[in-house]
Amino acid sequence: MNPRARALDALVIVTLVTFPFWLAAIGSYTELATRVVVMGLAAMSLNFLLGYTGVLSFGHAAYFGLGGYGTAMAIKFFGFGSVPAMLFGMLVATVAAIVIGALIVRRRGVYFAMVTIAFGQVFYFIAFRWNQVTGGDDGLTGWSRQPIDFGVYKLDIAGNDKAFYYFVLCVFALCVAAMARLIHSPLGRSLVAIRENERRVRFLGLNIESRIWLSFVISCFFVSVAGGLYALLNNFIDPRALRFDLSGNFVIMAVMGGMRSFWGPLFGAAIFVALQDYVSSHTENWMFLIGLVFVLVVRFFPRGLLGVLTRGSAA
Amino acid sequence: MTLLRVEKVTKRFGSLTAIENVSLTIEPGELRAIIGPNGAGKTTFFNLISGLFPPSEGRVRLDDQDVTALSPEERVRRGMARTFQITEIFPELSVIENLRVAVEMAEGHSLSAWLSPASKRAVNNRLDQLLTTGNLTGKTDVRVGALSHGDQRAAEIMMALALKPRLLLLDEPTAGMGDQETYNVAQLVRRLHRREGLTIMLIEHDMRVVFNLADRIMVLGEGRVLAEGTPQEIAANEDVQRAYLGEVAK
Repeated sequence: MNPRARALDALVIVTLVTFPFWLAAIGSYTELATRVVVMGLAAMSLNFLLGYTGVLSFGHAAYFGLGGYGTAMAIKFFGFGSVPAMLFGMLVATVAAIVIGALIVRRRGVYFAMVTIAFGQVFYFIAFRWNQVTGGDDGLTGWSRQPIDFGVYKLDIAGNDKAFYYFVLCVFALCVAAMARLIHSPLGRSLVAIRENERRVRFLGLNIESRIWLSFVISCFFVSVAGGLYALLNNFIDPRALRFDLSGNFVIMAVMGGMRSFWGPLFGAAIFVALQDYVSSHTENWMFLIGLVFVLVVRFFPRGLLGVLTRGSAA
Repeated sequence: MTLLRVEKVTKRFGSLTAIENVSLTIEPGELRAIIGPNGAGKTTFFNLISGLFPPSEGRVRLDDQDVTALSPEERVRRGMARTFQITEIFPELSVIENLRVAVEMAEGHSLSAWLSPASKRAVNNRLDQLLTTGNLTGKTDVRVGALSHGDQRAAEIMMALALKPRLLLLDEPTAGMGDQETYNVAQLVRRLHRREGLTIMLIEHDMRVVFNLADRIMVLGEGRVLAEGTPQEIAANEDVQRAYLGEVAK
């Protein structure tokens, strides 16, 4: 590992761990930090497929939203605790990804991206229409995240912002460590190889479709974790968490931050969330500014903002 | 036992017949060259053998088993490996990473999230062997896209070799190379054939390479077999001279 990458790892870890303490000093609040971490996890999960397998999905919000709705419904209807509820959401989203992935994996490139949108919108309309269960357009209310009871100690993620932030950060750390492990394993290298040259991989004896399917499922699994955290963060979920424009935002975060660098999507998510927070308090047209920044980044940093740091063989 | 038996394959693309009724057998240990003018259907013939697309008619047998309906990856698992006219490698990755991917896939590790120290050692030993065979030892960390033509080709051949194939198909291994590089690649092919006993089939334009290396030569012209035989027989064949060698000799 090169020392520059190590330094960046350390910088990211220190920043994330100390986030809530200095964020107040620059006039912000803990919930914003939590949102950065949640969106960062979503963008990094998408990037497992986009950056490390070379497959573009415009439908990841579907699995993000399924994770979120699964979590919310498990709390509201089954009386689950926060963590079991998240596990339930992850299960629902991953099963959906397993089935849908198998249906769409034969499509490639822009066709793949199109069918991911189509399937994503199916879930959006279900959530939008099925009022009795999902709350429809108004979203699912009447539930809230529950403190986590470890027996000897109760972690009050419901009442304490900072406690919830560190809970989210722990989940984030587990997911990110698992993704890093996978990326630097033979499995991860086979995915990068598909990104680099599908034909060569086929002629090394690998079935491309089943491998892309696997990468899609892994990526959707992690994005569903982010979706569960997102529902817990807001104590609320509505159909916009499933909609394709959110999928597009994940792509923007990943590309803006740098899809060939491990931390790039997190960086992109931080900029996205911060801009959204700051600009939307001044104007409704905050998306305009994000679009402008996105265009400038793509024009002047085609490898993304962190991409300049990781020139070379990013495997 | 005959390693490869191609039986009367024909390939039509719409109204164009690229390959017509071509048969061929390859015995273990053989080094066979396929020559012919541009557009003779040589690469199409390779694609039929390696499974990139199916023939319109005819069969392909490997070890007397019909593989006509099998995908390229299934044929690879049965011992066929190939390189392409335009090198197919992972340009953004380093030489060692290119080979590592190939070795891990060949050793069946490509689904693992973790390798035991013993497997890791085995992979690294195999990598050292391949680097030495391909004369790439000094370039392990170089991005493969930044290598010379000849070294990229050597890397591609080593990736195919990582699969421990029983039949290696090389599509114009010296295409676009200068004299020195052509010589180096030809030497590499000769080593693989002589020292490792590999069965090799190659398409080649450079006649010095062909007549130096091949045990037998098959000449294709407009999708049909014009002649087949030892280099001496082919050099003496008047049909071949007219159709092909003549135009080169001019």
